[in-house]
Amino acid sequence: MECWDTIADYAFRSIGYGPRLLPRTDFTLCQQFTLIGSGMIWNIYFGALALCTGFILAVAVAMGKASQNPWLRKPSELFIFIFRGSPLFIQFFFAYFFFQSLKSVSPFFGPFSSAALGALIVLFLNTAAYSAQIFYGALRSIPKGDLEAADAYGMSGLPKFRRITFPTMLRLAWPGYTNEAIFLFHATTLVFFSGFPARQQGGDALYYANYFADKTFNPFVPYPIVAFYFILLTLVVIGLFGLMNRYLNRHLPQDARKKLRIRPQIIR
Amino acid sequence: MFSFCTDPSTLDSWRWMACYLTTGKHMSLYWSFGTVLLLLAITAPVALAFGFAGATAARSRIAPLRWIGKGYTAIVRGVPDIAFFLFFVIALDQAFEYLRHKVKCPGWDQPIRQGNDFIVCAEAKLPLGNAAQWLHEVYGFSLAVLTFAIVFGAFAANVLFGAMRAVPRAQIETAEAYGLNQRQTFWRILVPQMWVYALPGLSNLWMVLIKATPLLFLLGVEDIVYWARELGGTKTPQFTDYPHVDWRMWYFLFLLIFYLGFTKLSETVLDRIMLRLTHGQATSGGEAQRKAA
Amino acid sequence: MKSILLGTVALALTSVAAFAGSHSVVRMGTEGAYPPYNFLNDDGEVDGFEREVGDEMCARAELTCEWVTNEWDSIIPNLVSGNYDTIIAGMSITDERDEVIDFTQDYFPPTASAYVAASADADLMGGVVAAQSATIQAGYVASTGAALIEFATPEETIAAVRAGEADAVLADRDYLAPLVDASGGELVFVGDPVPLGGGVGMGLRESDGEMLAKFDAAITSMKEDGTLNALLIKWFGEDTQTY
Repeated sequence: MECWDTIADYAFRSIGYGPRLLPRTDFTLCQQFTLIGSGMIWNIYFGALALCTGFILAVAVAMGKASQNPWLRKPSELFIFIFRGSPLFIQFFFAYFFFQSLKSVSPFFGPFSSAALGALIVLFLNTAAYSAQIFYGALRSIPKGDLEAADAYGMSGLPKFRRITFPTMLRLAWPGYTNEAIFLFHATTLVFFSGFPARQQGGDALYYANYFADKTFNPFVPYPIVAFYFILLTLVVIGLFGLMNRYLNRHLPQDARKKLRIRPQIIR
Repeated sequence: MFSFCTDPSTLDSWRWMACYLTTGKHMSLYWSFGTVLLLLAITAPVALAFGFAGATAARSRIAPLRWIGKGYTAIVRGVPDIAFFLFFVIALDQAFEYLRHKVKCPGWDQPIRQGNDFIVCAEAKLPLGNAAQWLHEVYGFSLAVLTFAIVFGAFAANVLFGAMRAVPRAQIETAEAYGLNQRQTFWRILVPQMWVYALPGLSNLWMVLIKATPLLFLLGVEDIVYWARELGGTKTPQFTDYPHVDWRMWYFLFLLIFYLGFTKLSETVLDRIMLRLTHGQATSGGEAQRKAA
Repeated sequence: MKSILLGTVALALTSVAAFAGSHSVVRMGTEGAYPPYNFLNDDGEVDGFEREVGDEMCARAELTCEWVTNEWDSIIPNLVSGNYDTIIAGMSITDERDEVIDFTQDYFPPTASAYVAASADADLMGGVVAAQSATIQAGYVASTGAALIEFATPEETIAAVRAGEADAVLADRDYLAPLVDASGGELVFVGDPVPLGGGVGMGLRESDGEMLAKFDAAITSMKEDGTLNALLIKWFGEDTQTY
């Protein structure tokens, strides 16, 4: 029964609700599960928001990279290269530095050096670059016939993009994009670990695991708990993306639908 | 390093810089680039071997072997690599010492876990307690390589598993028609043919591996990020001949350039390999080459 | 107490043969990033107060010592798992740590932590206070009214105060003092020092009772003949506490 009290107290500790002080002695397994689970709120927050916003930018950048116009193509290529070519670890470092110095320009930029906004922006740009590369690859493998058929029907411009190019691209890119989503969630563990400071002892799952490993001097309990939560999260992501995959391929006969195979195409 | 470096506080900025960049500590930074490259060079083939073993196991007809193969890839890939690195090295180290202990000291009557302590007999220690420091470092480095290889081996296993399935069925059937047995089909047809399908995934994995190296310091290897942080931090005149303010920005910029350059180089090389592998293959890439010729 | 003592004696008797073989080199684990206690000098070698104290202790205990560095976060797990034999890293003796490892007597007297801020009127109890994560200071700030902001390295806590991210930083006074001196008035000590921790001692595995006794004896003799005081003054200045 005690465990329920712990859950009631600490379930939302990571976002500032609950006792001010973390448990400091006599650590129970229940406390570890609760607090690390509470930290997962941050991982899901970063992952889900960066994925949604990053998606839009990724489509735009992929179109830019595939475009004939060098003024669109070159910046898109550079953007993809820089964010895919450097470790996220270093991106966080620079972003934090950069947002710090913006703060002295105007107080408006104050919130940017907090993890909730600053780290989200980095993850957003990062996932946009990785997804853009996937979408670009998919754009290039759209069957020629599909596009010719669209031309033959007299489609052009926006209708052609909306009805032919975009859905086909999405369908082709979806397995790769699923991987990107999984690895984006994994990458969120870096936020408090290297880049941004934790306030009021509210951090992500790894932050609390670190806290417990430090207090109990036993790394063999908290880190496997993090691993456990992430395996669950990964399964959920695969499930949701699998549903979307079914929807995208709904026009195909049942046995021709490619099963979603998770291949590691991108991580950082 | 240079003869004029005896009293840096009197030097002009150019000479000061020359002395500063050649201190013993900076030499360690330069060496650590070698460490990182060496680690990549060793990890890549070892991870590939793990991946190959994992993929073969996952395809096996023997159910337990298949479960091991699939379980390995699924679990390791589901966990963020940092969480893995944070406890796995110590676990691996203890596992090795435990095994050696069982073999070398059967007569040991004390418990191995005494409270929090992990105690094995002196002969089972890895490396031996009185070994030279470089042996300790080599051992630590090998553990890091092994950890990286296990993590990335799971990803490689997944790529290779997919690649083995992508080899056209007709090619396997042809081999069977020629009377090759299962083993021959596997080694003479499937394995040589799968690389072209595996390469895009593997090259991506290589890029990822490069970008995971900043996490090496978690595994106890003094890597480039470790030294960049150490060197870049504010230095007060009390503890160094070369005081400076917070210069981490510049050191990290240097690292950024290194990583971007290395990525670019890898991309170029991998593109070439892809070009060679697609030659004569029944893929769209191979078809394009055929038409161009 | 008696049973612990007996246990130690028994262990010492059984392990004396092994001791000669395995501990012919004692590996001293430190962080190398906490001047003046321990840091890497320009040649990349471990230097500082603890280096000198450690070398002197080893000489007195007639042990051959070797210095290794390890991340602060995993410094205790690596000790108990046997990757080195001692921790000599400015580690305050606390009850929590004492449950897991053993400490020698302190070789650095219990000192105060202090707040440093960019201006003298910083709000220490209601403002934002930075501390290195997983330190006793972080635990203390969390229990005051201040908003705690944690960083992985001490370096970053100072950078946060300079950048205005945090109003003040709480850390060991001896770590802050040289930084305040070198900042030319940019950073100042604020408020009263806070007594935290029980002095700094050397950490050893609980099963290494014999080595603990040797180092303890070495520290006692260094305290008696004034060597330790001389080192304290050399590294921490004239007005530091001595024995």
